[in-house]
Amino acid sequence: MNRILIITLTLIASLFLLQACGNGDTDSTTETAETEEQGLTEFELEHGIGPITERVDVGDEIDGELVTKGRNIYEMKCEMCHNMEGRMVGPELGDVMERRSPEFVMNFILNPSGMTREHPVGQELLQEYMTAMPYQNVKEDEARAIVEFLREYNQNN
Amino acid sequence: MKTKKSNKLRGLILSVGLIVIAGLIFTGCPSQDGMMDSSDAAQKVYVAPGDHDDYYGFFSGGYSGQLSVWGLPSARFLKVIPVFSQDPETGYGYSEETKPLLETSYGFIPWDDSHHPHISQTDGDADGRWIYINANNTPRIARIDLQTFETKEILELPNTGGNHASSFVTENSEYVIGATRFSIPYEMDLDVPIDSYSDEFRGALSFIELDPETGMMNMDFQILVPPYNYDLGRAGKGPSADWVFFTTYNTEEAHTMLEVNASRYDKDYIAAVNWRKAAAMVRNGAGETMDAEYYHNYYEGNQGYAISTVKNEVTVLTPEEGQDFIYFLPTPKSPHGVDIDPTGEYIVGGGKLATIIPVHSFSQMIDAIDNERFDGHVEGIPILDYDATIVGEVENPGLGPLHTEFDGRGYAYTSVYISSEIVKWSLDTFEVVDRIDAYYSIGHLMITGGDTKNPDAQYMIGLTKTAKDRYLPTGPKQNHPAQLYDISGDRMELLLDFPTIGEPHYAQAIQADKIKDNIKQIYEMEDNDHPHAITRIRDNRVERDGDVVRVYMGSTRSHFRPDNIEGIKVGDTVYFHLTNLEQEWDVVHGIGIKGANNSEILVAPGQTKTLKWEPKRTGIYPFYCTAFCSALHQEMQGYVRVSAADSDVELTWKTGNN
Repeated sequence: MNRILIITLTLIASLFLLQACGNGDTDSTTETAETEEQGLTEFELEHGIGPITERVDVGDEIDGELVTKGRNIYEMKCEMCHNMEGRMVGPELGDVMERRSPEFVMNFILNPSGMTREHPVGQELLQEYMTAMPYQNVKEDEARAIVEFLREYNQNN
Repeated sequence: MKTKKSNKLRGLILSVGLIVIAGLIFTGCPSQDGMMDSSDAAQKVYVAPGDHDDYYGFFSGGYSGQLSVWGLPSARFLKVIPVFSQDPETGYGYSEETKPLLETSYGFIPWDDSHHPHISQTDGDADGRWIYINANNTPRIARIDLQTFETKEILELPNTGGNHASSFVTENSEYVIGATRFSIPYEMDLDVPIDSYSDEFRGALSFIELDPETGMMNMDFQILVPPYNYDLGRAGKGPSADWVFFTTYNTEEAHTMLEVNASRYDKDYIAAVNWRKAAAMVRNGAGETMDAEYYHNYYEGNQGYAISTVKNEVTVLTPEEGQDFIYFLPTPKSPHGVDIDPTGEYIVGGGKLATIIPVHSFSQMIDAIDNERFDGHVEGIPILDYDATIVGEVENPGLGPLHTEFDGRGYAYTSVYISSEIVKWSLDTFEVVDRIDAYYSIGHLMITGGDTKNPDAQYMIGLTKTAKDRYLPTGPKQNHPAQLYDISGDRMELLLDFPTIGEPHYAQAIQADKIKDNIKQIYEMEDNDHPHAITRIRDNRVERDGDVVRVYMGSTRSHFRPDNIEGIKVGDTVYFHLTNLEQEWDVVHGIGIKGANNSEILVAPGQTKTLKWEPKRTGIYPFYCTAFCSALHQEMQGYVRVSAADSDVELTWKTGNN
């Protein structure tokens, strides 16, 4: 027993001495990205996290020109993963405008990695679908057009 | 037994602990200085995880035919850019889009020997737009786009043997140069006895004009020169910017056993060419048009197939006495490199077999030309008086000086092959001030930001030929090493020694900021002008035209469309036109199919690439995504059914239920 105690003390002492020699300037800067997942504002919870930080006035009328633009982008950049009816790689979108606000949809398109990482709905969707929605290089005005296309679909189907 | 063992162990731990304590008490803490050079060196090359290096380093691949990219100073390997050789990793040279790049007047050539990368310049500084690199074996020059790090263009050089003195650009990328290392009959395909060398063989110096907007190459003219070996070249800078310089050896005009027969004369020449004057002469109708056959391969538009075009003529200038665009500067002895200092005044010959490093003065050269201090002519080219142009001879440079680079602070650094060292010498006194060992047998060296008017005197890379015992051994053949030196102080200091890829001859390094902010992260789908792209997944389809079948396929994480194809027959030629519909940086899909006689292809986001497949047996052929793209990557697969040539299985395709 005595022997074990001596060994332990010796090791502790040597470790302590070694540590005292540590270089002073290796300050561990581990203040990485703040973890504020839970600190979402009411707007963010309702309308998503991303570049859209205010309500978007989509109006009551459907803008036909915007629908065409939105359809083109949708077919090029969204359709390989989404169906209007029935799930595919991602959720069905025929009724998405009933389930989500325009701002939420736009933020998801514009900031998919942020949404799946930090927003509770995004986190849930990632767990369900197991594929993170990619950023498809869609600009803000294009996301707005996609929303119009989805609104139009929702109204007419 | 057990107890005894653990007693022993305890004893050991005890003694180690006591030794550590004793050591620390008696010697104090290990000081930073006491940790010696290797720790200092480690700190200087350490780039923390996630941080970026200060420089991109571009190392030629030599006999790999490629160009490798490294981060400096950490020596992080970044990528291999395929250039002159097929690359199954990316499908370069296998995909239908890239195959035309490797076409030559000798047919499809899947390999070459790439030596000297040179970054395009603006006002004498590397501008990071393109990098050019030569092929030595079947003479060519390639242009690599530094937004995508992809080879975009390859130009064959006509009537040239061994394009070694290449691909160096002029101060504003007006021209990129090439030359004949192995003189051959200039006239196309001339069948003559080899011992007609002096009569029938000639060298050609090539001047390839560059488009200032696109970097595209155009063979403007060639200069016909005596049958020597034109070894290396460089463009002038500042006052000498209108000139390019080529070294020669074998002025003996030997065509056998050159190691002896081409080493007899004490001096060979550096050829000085006023390219601006020569170009003006060509514009004014000088030179003759001669038959030639050479390929020019390049991309048109954003995407699509590279195209091969054949050229059948070249303009040739033959020097005559009384013209004043080319001169020979006698230079000892079988010089290898010719290097111009940042001020443009000093022309340094790598006097391979000389006992000194000869330094010519550009201003003295101009005086000698003005005063006609000639020492005869050869084939219409004036030979300048050695004493008139030489400004310094660096004594005691070691054995076998090859190449010189400059730090912009008045010092030159010359690689010395036989004595395996780098010597640093003063451009003021022409005296050696420092020397350091190279491991082992150094060829080229390179200074960060070097061969420009404003090198960054921070790091130097030595590219050595043999590794021997430097790393863990890997059999009879080891990869070629590179050494990184700190040259910011008075003394050169070795920081790092690392194995490379292929055989890097020359290299270039450029400040990372000049490139990284312009990197293309995706190919924008909206700009995809590939004739066989699908930019909407709903357009996926299979089309048959005789026995040619085209599969217009789209990919996204984690499926192909279509992924079930039937109705292919033995004897068909099938083209998989795969468009990656992703628009996210670095999300790559590939395709490989069982039995394909080429390779897989990798497709960058928004890009379309084509894999040709000629099934030879009936059966079911799986294909799959070759790049681990997502959590469901293993599910990213499909099947092709191949039926007999006379079968009537209908051509169908589908994905899922549609």
